[in-house]
Amino acid sequence: MQELVKRASELLADGSVARVLGWKAGDLPYNPEPAYFENEEQLRSFVYNGFCGANLSKYMIEASKLEGKTLVFLKPCDTYSFNQLMKEYRVDREKAWIIGVGCRGKLDIEAVKRSGIKGIESISEEDGELKIKTLYGDHSISYAEAMLERCHSCKGKEHRVYDELIGESEETNDSERFAGVTEIEAMSPEEKFAYFQKELSKCIRCNACRNVCPACSCRKCVFDSNKFDSAQKANTDSFEEKMFHIIRAFHVAGRCTDCGECSRVCPEGIPLHLFNRKFMKDIDELYGEFRAGEDAETKGPLTDFTFEDAEPGVVAERG
Amino acid sequence: MSITAKTEFKPKIVAFCCNWCSYAGADLAGSSRLSYPADVKIIRVPCSCRVNPMFVLRAFEKGADGVILCGCHPGDCHYSTGNYYTRRRMTLLFSMLDYIGVEQGRTRVEWVSAAEGVKFSTTMNEFVEKIHSLGENVRLGDLRCRN
Ligand code: SF4
Ligand code: SF4
Ligand code: SF4
Repeated sequence: MQELVKRASELLADGSVARVLGWKAGDLPYNPEPAYFENEEQLRSFVYNGFCGANLSKYMIEASKLEGKTLVFLKPCDTYSFNQLMKEYRVDREKAWIIGVGCRGKLDIEAVKRSGIKGIESISEEDGELKIKTLYGDHSISYAEAMLERCHSCKGKEHRVYDELIGESEETNDSERFAGVTEIEAMSPEEKFAYFQKELSKCIRCNACRNVCPACSCRKCVFDSNKFDSAQKANTDSFEEKMFHIIRAFHVAGRCTDCGECSRVCPEGIPLHLFNRKFMKDIDELYGEFRAGEDAETKGPLTDFTFEDAEPGVVAERG
Repeated sequence: MSITAKTEFKPKIVAFCCNWCSYAGADLAGSSRLSYPADVKIIRVPCSCRVNPMFVLRAFEKGADGVILCGCHPGDCHYSTGNYYTRRRMTLLFSMLDYIGVEQGRTRVEWVSAAEGVKFSTTMNEFVEKIHSLGENVRLGDLRCRN
């Protein structure tokens, strides 16, 4: 972390960048938040730790409109989002100085809480273990156990776009990305319906999943229209809820980089990646493997076609 | 008030037809006096690719039991390539509906040219039959639209 702060102050001091986009300490030990830093003084609250899961690419949309360059710290997975935003002409590469930061997996406070740890006062890390001081005594939990779902199926630790790299990464991938999707696909229609009814009825339509998503950056969003009911929380057993989720995922299909932010921020713990990954899996199977954000040039699968594409009836045929 | 006897199920079908081929195909079916069920309500769209996935979901939500999209045959799109995009989009949408547990068969895409009045009528007859066998759409409807 000290290395990041040092480099940031250097670049600020010599005028190469006008501001720094990073993470600053929050009010709790586990909630650092995205922030701008404009001088050495402000950089004192800069942090980079296991809880810095927040993907800063989306903030570069606004930063691209500001005077001067912005130094932005991106984790390997965040660089996919940046590439995708470049492809969509939403961010300006010239306005960004990208420092790729190393990543050893990011933590999920919900995973810690699920293991029964409450009243957290401080969290520190020692050889792959999290030491947690709480109001009720000391606890420890393994780093891997407390990791975000997305880090267990990490895309890899290679930064796809950067100006310089700082820090080491470690392999965290230990599960198959589409395992959850395959599991649901094997269910009967009744089971599938019941499963999604159970998950989606928890949704409070806070829109956090949309707001955090780099792909969901349209200036005008269909869900903000007051002309239809999706603007509010719907009855839990009506279709409105599912409609929101299908359309949200559909609008990012072929553009979603699987950055995992939506699932991370959902206050209800809804596994939103199961929707995104269903589209990814179908796209891979039907139109050839594709990974959004791998580069900033390749055409997306939904803005492209071939004459031989499968007919929609294929859904019924493959059962 | 008494409980009304269960009436016969009359499916509501929404058919999105593109202006250039399928709508003309439907017209031809009509002028050739080929019959298709009156339960099919046609919505004319400039191109099949005008159909936003939300249109399909909205139709279901407002009480449709089946939704069918008809457009020009691939290669014959009035705007050259519109229907190729439709094909990809609808494939993904239908697959997603299947994934969340909606019965297969409530959605369909069929390519119908302006000369295919017969195909239009048989497709619609078949589709209505299918929806009949699936019964009422209970999974996608909005409670507020039920009476
Ligand atoms: S997905 Fe990979 S790169 Fe992204 S935070 Fe997790 S471990 Fe790091
Ligand atoms: S973040 Fe979660 S609760 Fe909020 S709208 Fe999205 S799915 Fe619903
Ligand atoms: S849908 Fe979720 S995983 Fe995909 S880009 Fe948006 S926030 Fe990331």
